[in-house]
Amino acid sequence: MSSRITGAFCAAGRPLLVACTVAGDPSFDESISIIRELVCSGTDIIEIVMPFSDPVADGPVIQQAGARALASGMNTDRLFELIREVRKETEIPLLIMTYANIVVQRGIEEFYRDAARAGADGIVVADVPLEEADPFCAAAGSAGIDPILFVSQTTSPERIEKILSKASGFVYLVAVMGVTGTREEISPEAIALLKTVKERTSLPVVPGFGISTPEHVRRYAQAGADGVIIGSALVRIVGEYTSRKAGAESGIGALVKGLKISAHEN
Amino acid sequence: MTSSSRFGPYGGQFVPESLMGALDELEEAYRTIVPSEEFRKEMEYYLREYAGRPTPLTFCRNMSEDLSCRVYLKREDLLHSGAHKLNNALGQALLAKLMGKKRIIAETGAGQHGVAAAIAGAALGLLVEVYMGDEDMERQALNVARMRMLGATVIPVHSGSRTLKDAINEALRDWVTNVHNTHYLIGSVVGPHPFPSLVRDFQTVIGNEIRDQVMIKEGHLPDAMVACVGGGSNAIGMFSPFLDDPVELFGAEAGGEGLAGRHGATLCGGKPGVLHGAYTYLIQDAFGQILESHSVSAGLDYPGVGPEHSFLRDNKRVNYEAVTDTEAIDSFLYLSRTEGIIPALESAHAVALARKIALGRANDDILIINLSGRGDKDIAQVAAFTGDCQ
Repeated sequence: MSSRITGAFCAAGRPLLVACTVAGDPSFDESISIIRELVCSGTDIIEIVMPFSDPVADGPVIQQAGARALASGMNTDRLFELIREVRKETEIPLLIMTYANIVVQRGIEEFYRDAARAGADGIVVADVPLEEADPFCAAAGSAGIDPILFVSQTTSPERIEKILSKASGFVYLVAVMGVTGTREEISPEAIALLKTVKERTSLPVVPGFGISTPEHVRRYAQAGADGVIIGSALVRIVGEYTSRKAGAESGIGALVKGLKISAHEN
Repeated sequence: MTSSSRFGPYGGQFVPESLMGALDELEEAYRTIVPSEEFRKEMEYYLREYAGRPTPLTFCRNMSEDLSCRVYLKREDLLHSGAHKLNNALGQALLAKLMGKKRIIAETGAGQHGVAAAIAGAALGLLVEVYMGDEDMERQALNVARMRMLGATVIPVHSGSRTLKDAINEALRDWVTNVHNTHYLIGSVVGPHPFPSLVRDFQTVIGNEIRDQVMIKEGHLPDAMVACVGGGSNAIGMFSPFLDDPVELFGAEAGGEGLAGRHGATLCGGKPGVLHGAYTYLIQDAFGQILESHSVSAGLDYPGVGPEHSFLRDNKRVNYEAVTDTEAIDSFLYLSRTEGIIPALESAHAVALARKIALGRANDDILIINLSGRGDKDIAQVAAFTGDCQ
């Protein structure tokens, strides 16, 4: 059975734009408006971050967004409520990105089952590497969720093979050494890793971390990426608008449109 | 995951994929370098000639009389740096050096591990940067000054609860970024495999020495032993060689304001979950968000605990009990005035629990307390606390 995620990559025939937003940042209702704006401005897949109190893979922008969201009352029940609301309006593929303890406290099977029922299509768990992935992948399998796994610049060729054998939906390529957050440059190592992984799999390969400009998007697209994940660059806009007590939607829409044009130029 | 990465269901390697290469490299070094002749000789030199091991096992005449049993203190307070943390810091720094790493990062709560890392880095010629919550920097200002004096850089952490938990988060973020040239010198038996085993092995010198010393002094094993448990490295180091012996083992957790209020008693008042790379008991809400812990002692102010302790709690080999801030302060003063030994506030928790479990024992029962550190760093805080109470 083809998932919404697989369907989106097959149908597009061009690099997809995956946009990241933190659930409940700055509030539940505003989060829905932001997701609506992401959809309207042409995002192909939405990654919804369920914040965790101790996000070790995240840089300051997503840390602060997570703290705002938790302060506004976001929790796992509310996350699924938010996904149900979004799913009423759109068929866009929805990914959940979170940390192991959020999944473990609900019960691994329950989390994947509830996510699928709410309308999510894929789940990424930032601190679950191959060594710990089995119960998460099994629960994903029974729930009909794509378990999205990471490949990084320190992943050996043997590990890449093992990871690819368990992944579905797409492969999340960690494009920087370090945490989430925008960077000036794309490293040659990231491009080399992208090519290595592309050679070994028919799954879509999508870099994330450090991507914020049209030039970044163009370079990855030219190197063969099947999409790009934009995280902190979008989340930062929410933070900036939140401090000014104004809607973040127009800023987000403008950034998405700009990046999308770059993704399609190839 | 190798089978040895778990203690029963606890432990594991819950880290971002980017760190797996470093953990594999460390595990390989743990397997090959640590048992090597070269490493063992170097460690022997540093522990004996430099750090001052073995530390005494002191028979406490006054306390023994007061508690009506035979009370000994394992004097880790007399180790160079003033706490047991140096055993692990020297071990990991030496390992890092033999692995070819140039830079060490560490987290610290009370500052004792940061000081130990700074000392080990200075002795072994490694660059040291220490992450410390800004709240802890304030309450442990003396140790901040010591670290700087020793040539280490102290990096304040302003995120989250601004204590030990957040210092570990920042150290992990740094490690993900600089993994090629940096070793993360974690300070307790926490974190992803192989850290809980590696740190335990470096601290087991405490228990091994106790075993030899008590056999010489008393001719038989002790009846009970007590250590404080934050992350739990001094406790594991003391308990490890006795796990298969008929010795009662007690862990004193930070009861803070009491289990109904704010506390750091993870094993007494928490439930299992995933934090800092391991599945272990945590203080958390129903959705898995980690809650802020509280303790008068910065070194015990941590909402997690080493995964091996979680295992020893469930199988009931060790009894874990919560000691409140007030009880710890009371025992801080008690030991100072009864024996002329000022304990670290962390170790004062063990003294407090020892005073409770001494009740009803036979006069010839042997009770050993791990005095994991000295209390100079805590004097201003205790003065303020007791001043507040009066």
